[in-house]
Parts: sequence; C-alpha cells; structure tokens
Amino acid sequence: MTEPLVRAHGVRKSYGSTEVLKGVDLTVDEGQVVCLLGPSGAGKSTFLRCVNHLETIDAGRIWVAGHPVGFVLKGGKLHELPEREVATQRRDIGMVFQRFNLFPHRTAMENVTEGPIQVLGRKPAEARREALELLTRVGLGDRGGAYPRELSGGQQQRVAIARALAMKPKVMLFDEPTSALDPELVGEVLDVMVALARDGMTMIVVTHEVGFAREVADHVAFMVDGAVVESGSAREVLDNPQHQRTRQFLAKVL
Amino acid sequence: MASEDLQVVPIRHWGRWVVGALILGLLALLGIALADAQILYEDVPGFFTHEIMLGGLVNTVILAVCAQAGAIVLGVVLALLRRSPNPVARWFAWGYIWLFRGLPVLLQILLWFNLALVFKFISIPVPFTDAFVLHEPTNVIITAFVAALLGLGLNESAYMAEIVRAGLNSVDPGQIEAAKAIGMTPGKTFRRVVLPQAMRVIIPPTGNNFINMLKGTSMASVIGFLELIHAANRISSGNLEIMETLIAAALWYLIVVSVANVGQYYLERAYGKGVR
Repeated sequence: MTEPLVRAHGVRKSYGSTEVLKGVDLTVDEGQVVCLLGPSGAGKSTFLRCVNHLETIDAGRIWVAGHPVGFVLKGGKLHELPEREVATQRRDIGMVFQRFNLFPHRTAMENVTEGPIQVLGRKPAEARREALELLTRVGLGDRGGAYPRELSGGQQQRVAIARALAMKPKVMLFDEPTSALDPELVGEVLDVMVALARDGMTMIVVTHEVGFAREVADHVAFMVDGAVVESGSAREVLDNPQHQRTRQFLAKVL
Repeated sequence: MASEDLQVVPIRHWGRWVVGALILGLLALLGIALADAQILYEDVPGFFTHEIMLGGLVNTVILAVCAQAGAIVLGVVLALLRRSPNPVARWFAWGYIWLFRGLPVLLQILLWFNLALVFKFISIPVPFTDAFVLHEPTNVIITAFVAALLGLGLNESAYMAEIVRAGLNSVDPGQIEAAKAIGMTPGKTFRRVVLPQAMRVIIPPTGNNFINMLKGTSMASVIGFLELIHAANRISSGNLEIMETLIAAALWYLIVVSVANVGQYYLERAYGKGVR
C-alpha cells in the first residue's frame, strides 16, 4: 500500500484552558471512507476543521497528500504558512458544512463555478459545463438558476457538495452534513454521499447517521472527550463495540 | 339561521376623515399665505437656470461625489484596521474615528482652509536626496475646494468606517469558511464573498449619509467655494432678491437629493440579489 492520503498523528488543540483534542491519530487511505462518530463535544468537528486548517493545531501533525496542511517543513520544524499559501493547499481538500454555507448572493450554478473560475482560473464556459454535470450528478441539473434561498435544505446541501467537487479535491470532508436537515430530506443527501463513496472518493465524514456509517464506511473511529477511544472496520466498531462509551452511544442512537 | 344571508358591516373610521380634513385645511391656509407673500415667483425660473447657479450646482455635485467617494475608500480601510488582529492598527482606527467624528464639519473645513497659517509649504522629499516629489506653498495646494473636500471627506470617512464595520460584522463567518474551503485567498474572499454581502447592510445608511453630504457642501460657502448657497448669495447681492434665489437653490437641492434616492434604489436592488 502506498502512503496514506491523510495522516494525523497526536493532534492537540485547546481553546483557552480547555483542551478539545487530546492527541488524535487517524489515517485515511486513498479511496477510503472514514466515519467519525461520537457524542456532541467530543471534538469530531474540531478535528475535521484542523484537516483543512480552518483551525490551527497546537501540537501533532496532519499530512494530506504528502503536505503538512497549513505548514511547511523547514529545518526539522513546522513553520506556519501565510493564508495565501494555505489557500493553495485547500484546493485539494473539499469541505461540506453542517449549515451548507452556500453563497446566498449567487445562484446554484454560480456557487459551483465560483471556485473553478476564481481560484483555478478556468474558462467560464468550460466551468459552467462541468458545473452542470456536477449539478446533474447530485440531481439538480434543472435548478442551476435558483438562488440558495429558493432551494430546500437538502437541495442546498447537494449544491454544496457539487461546489466542493468542482475543485476536483483529493479528499472530501463532511461536517455533520445532515444534522441541520428536516428528517425527510436526510435521505437525498445521504444518497449522493453513498454514490460518491461508490465512485471511489476519499471521504472523512463526521456524522450521527450510524446507518450511513454501516453501509459505506471502510473505517469507523469513535471519539469521546477529544480522543479516539475505539476504531476499526465498521462491522467491528458498530456491531461489536469494546469500549463502554461506544456501547452507550450506540444504544442511544440506534 | 343561514349564515350566508348575514351582511357584514365594516367598522367606520370617522376619526380618519376628521384628521384628513384638518390636514387639507391647514395646507390650504399655508398655500394662501404663500400666494400672498411678497415673493417674486416669476423671477425664480431665471435664477434657477442662472449661469452662476448652474456653476454652483456642478460644484456642489462634484464636491459631494468626490468627498463621499474618498470617504468610502477610507472608511473601508479604517473598518479593516478596526477589525485587524494588530492592536496598533485597531488603536489608530479608533483614535481617527474619535477625532474626525468628534469635531464639527465646519470647524474641520476652517482648520484645513487656514493650514497655510502654520505650514508655509507642503513637501514630500525623496529619501536620502535633496530632491522633492512635491514642494509647493500651502496656499497653492489648499484651495477652497481642497479644504472643503478634506473637511467633508475626512469627517464622513469616520462615519463610513462604522457603517462598513457593521456591514462586515453582519456577514456569517460560515461564508468566510466556505470561501476558504474552496481555496480562495483572503483578498478574493473579501472581494467576492464578504463585501458583496456586506453591501446590503452598507448601502442604506450610506445613501442616507450621501444625502447629508449633498446638503453639507453648503458649509463650503463659508470659505468662498462657489456651491449652490454661495451662488445664490452672489446672484442676490446684485438684486437683493434673497428669498427668490434661495428658493431656486432649494429646488436644485431637492432635485439632486431625489436623483440620489433613485440611485440608491437601484443599488439596493442590485445587491439584494438572492435575498429579496
């Protein structure tokens, strides 16, 4: 096996005197889907946000596609990069947010073409053609002209997925992508994510959807209080949990 | 009892009729008084299109537009400084706003206009040489227009800084994260994502301030800048028709302000895309 696409080791992060990540280890191979499960406040989202340097880690390291994200290795030390250069690294890392965060002043189509045109310098016509393909792939080929407020939560989240995919990322991060949705809209977003996983996209998914984890995750990590307490294949962790907190959690959500 | 047979009688608002009649009556009295007043209405159109008045109109609009434009640019910079992680920048912006918002505009205009009393020359030297990029007597540089521009523009920039800051604060931080996540640089994020959304909050108070600016240019008449008021005074100094020339100037103010209102409407519509 080649070098893992994402490698996190001993990641620590504090807000003031509260340590929210207490040494998190995680590896994700290319094409793998990894689900992060755990109770609220366990640090799952914070860890995910560290992977694309929306949060700066205090200790440890996170390598994505061979680069220490947000840093450059010089003379045996990790020097923090200026935002401009972090921006270049983030092109490889797509992210989907709990609250969608679509640009409200741009149509669905413009949301998807924004990155390719503004960041990658692609030609508008070409970017629009690819965006239409992506919108069709998430089932919204006919809604390109709609503004986000004219779309349901599930449709907005699918546009957000298309927007992230438009950058042709090497890995996709999902931060509780269905938590802000009405229950009846969860399925349409999960279907898109399942299809994406089947197509071989490398994904790290913070979720409470145990069913989704069971169906597509190659690997499940269970986090409590800023640390991974149990990890393994979906079957191992979900069907035969060893740690008491994992058992408690699964008993409640299932 | 068949309910469809019952007639509905809406409530009668007699009070509204009384108030309406009262207002119309008062307006009629005012009209009678104005018709009877010693105003040579037939002279107003002549003053309205008088060469000096039109010159004053052009100067008023140029001064207001330049001062507001400069204030907007400075205001954006000051707002960014106030939000900066650098404490020196924050402190400087706070002090600037405190000073320029705290002094009367007329006082500021007078201070700039009299700058020559304390600085005879304004110079920008080329470092490490005896040469100058700029070396001119202050009297040559600080004309009435420049003094008015500085007085009005710097005062307004302090207000604009607060308006822009409120606008930037109104943008959901999730928008910045989303922009970062697709690899946008901080500059692109600001121009493409933050500013267009902040504009919705920034435009209405800015339109308000621009209308104030249009009227505030009248203070430049004190230092002899030929705007509408000064033009009216100059015309009436010959014929003593003070009211008639002032009415002509007043009409121009109302017209220019109305045009500004229309402009604001279209700007708000353009930046309201996707929201309304």
